[in-house]
Amino acid sequence: MRSKRRSYVCAYLFIAPVVLYVAVTSFVPMAVSLYLSFTDYTMLQSPRWTGLYNYRALLGQSGQMWTALRNTFQYAIEVLPINIICSLGLAILVNRRLHAITLFRTAYYLPVVTSMVAVSMIWMWIYDYDSGLLNNLLGALGINQVRWLTSPKTALHSLAIMRVWKGIGWNMVIYLAGLQGIPRYLYEAAMIDGAGPWRRFTGITWPMLRPVTYYVLTMGLISTFQTFTEVYAMTRGGPLDSTTTVGYLIYKLAFDYMEMGKASALAFILFIIIFTLSLINVKFFSSRVDSEV
Amino acid sequence: MRSQNRPQLAVVYIVLILVAMIMAGPFAWMVLSSIKPNQDLFAYPPVWLPKRITWEHFKTVFSHTNFFRYFLNSALVASIATVTNVMLGSLAGFAFARLEFPGREPIFYALLGTMMIPIHVTIVPLFILARRFPLTGGNNVLGVGGKGLIDSYGGLLFPYLITTFSVFMTRQFFASLPRELDDAARIDGCSDLGVFMRVCLPLSRPVIATLSIFTFTNVWDDFLWPLVIVNRDQMRTVQLGLQVFQSQFSVDWGPLMAATLVVTLPVLLIFAVGQKYFVEGIATTGMKG
Repeated sequence: MRSKRRSYVCAYLFIAPVVLYVAVTSFVPMAVSLYLSFTDYTMLQSPRWTGLYNYRALLGQSGQMWTALRNTFQYAIEVLPINIICSLGLAILVNRRLHAITLFRTAYYLPVVTSMVAVSMIWMWIYDYDSGLLNNLLGALGINQVRWLTSPKTALHSLAIMRVWKGIGWNMVIYLAGLQGIPRYLYEAAMIDGAGPWRRFTGITWPMLRPVTYYVLTMGLISTFQTFTEVYAMTRGGPLDSTTTVGYLIYKLAFDYMEMGKASALAFILFIIIFTLSLINVKFFSSRVDSEV
Repeated sequence: MRSQNRPQLAVVYIVLILVAMIMAGPFAWMVLSSIKPNQDLFAYPPVWLPKRITWEHFKTVFSHTNFFRYFLNSALVASIATVTNVMLGSLAGFAFARLEFPGREPIFYALLGTMMIPIHVTIVPLFILARRFPLTGGNNVLGVGGKGLIDSYGGLLFPYLITTFSVFMTRQFFASLPRELDDAARIDGCSDLGVFMRVCLPLSRPVIATLSIFTFTNVWDDFLWPLVIVNRDQMRTVQLGLQVFQSQFSVDWGPLMAATLVVTLPVLLIFAVGQKYFVEGIATTGMKG
């Protein structure tokens, strides 16, 4: 008994640094953030309790929040399906023994390894109106130059193209792991029954990969909804707020306008959205899996 | 898949090569732009291969800005964070996997839950906490008076020291080791710490490698936290340093591409060496800050 109690102490000592640290950097900030969201706080004087004022201001008609939310939703809707289709397609393509296949896989996840800021810098040069690569190529084809990042009509789409390019390799690896978990005999049986490639894909691959797709989609939603870096690095939310995402607006409210309370309220709205989306996602996919498997 | 004929294989290769060009093309553009003289850089039609290779953009990067300092800052912060994550994360991972204690499951899941909190929810309080950190940067015991951890290495490191990911990952690994190992070591008189240090840790090289590579690159690549906590030029990390080349109206493309290459190289080198571990890390978790 004595030694058991002593080993408890030991275990608690082992986890103490992590628990204390996470308390200070996650749980306490979470609580502080919730409190600040009900206050007016500029860091110059102590927080002043204003109840639901911040939330009301954000959810009101005029709010920049609605623009930011619309942009963020549109971003996710453009990025995620294309990313999923491309990364699954690529995973199937590279899931075979071929010469130099490692070389191709490596090329595909180069963008994943590179930081978002570095990627943003490279693409700014590619998107540059006068001397960028894309407009040069279009020029060679006799097509008019495009204002990739400087027109409110195209800026968000340009960011989405880049985001898809950066994210494909990541999901490809996850799909590749999923593909390798599908038992071979399923395909062999299907082939004996005369199933063609498309039938094998819709009958075996896609349903077997549903948990992976659920995972990829949830993670993708969570990360696109927090989009900040490329917006800050490339467009600063412009032109005309056309690329202001929720993540960028939170930063702007907090560190440009020093409206810590309002920023916290918006952060909580973002949190609730992400949380709800994840829940819907879980519900939707788990019920589909139950009924079909 | 075995029944692949030649024309089909040719199509596969063509697709593979085309996609590789799209995925690696921007990198080629960056590398070529960083060594092109300015007149080639802005030539129309575009000059793909420079007639003459120049290092002037790299010289500009290191002589006109504090880039060398940014580089050292990033290297220092990422290295320290890697060491603390490996040490403290694996210690806790070991406890959660191999030791019995009341509250083990709920504590573990509470920790895991923090991986779900978006960074935007905690960034404002983290910044306030860093600024009000007691007895640093001229602050008194109550955290008033100075600028706390702003513009300091402590401030830069503050949110990186331990990630729950490191606990999660090492726990999964330690749980897979056979129980008999611990029992044998305990009979030989090993304490809990002894079992961890002498038995489990030496066996966990692969997971430590994966964790190190992941932590280092994540910290190296992070942008939001340094942006918030750094004001002084000397305290910038490389990711912030890239902003130096942008001004309101014009961008210095040559030096910017050279600097981007410099920022990317260490991670690419680590990636080249530890590719296997990288993929493992991605497969273990889809999480990235």
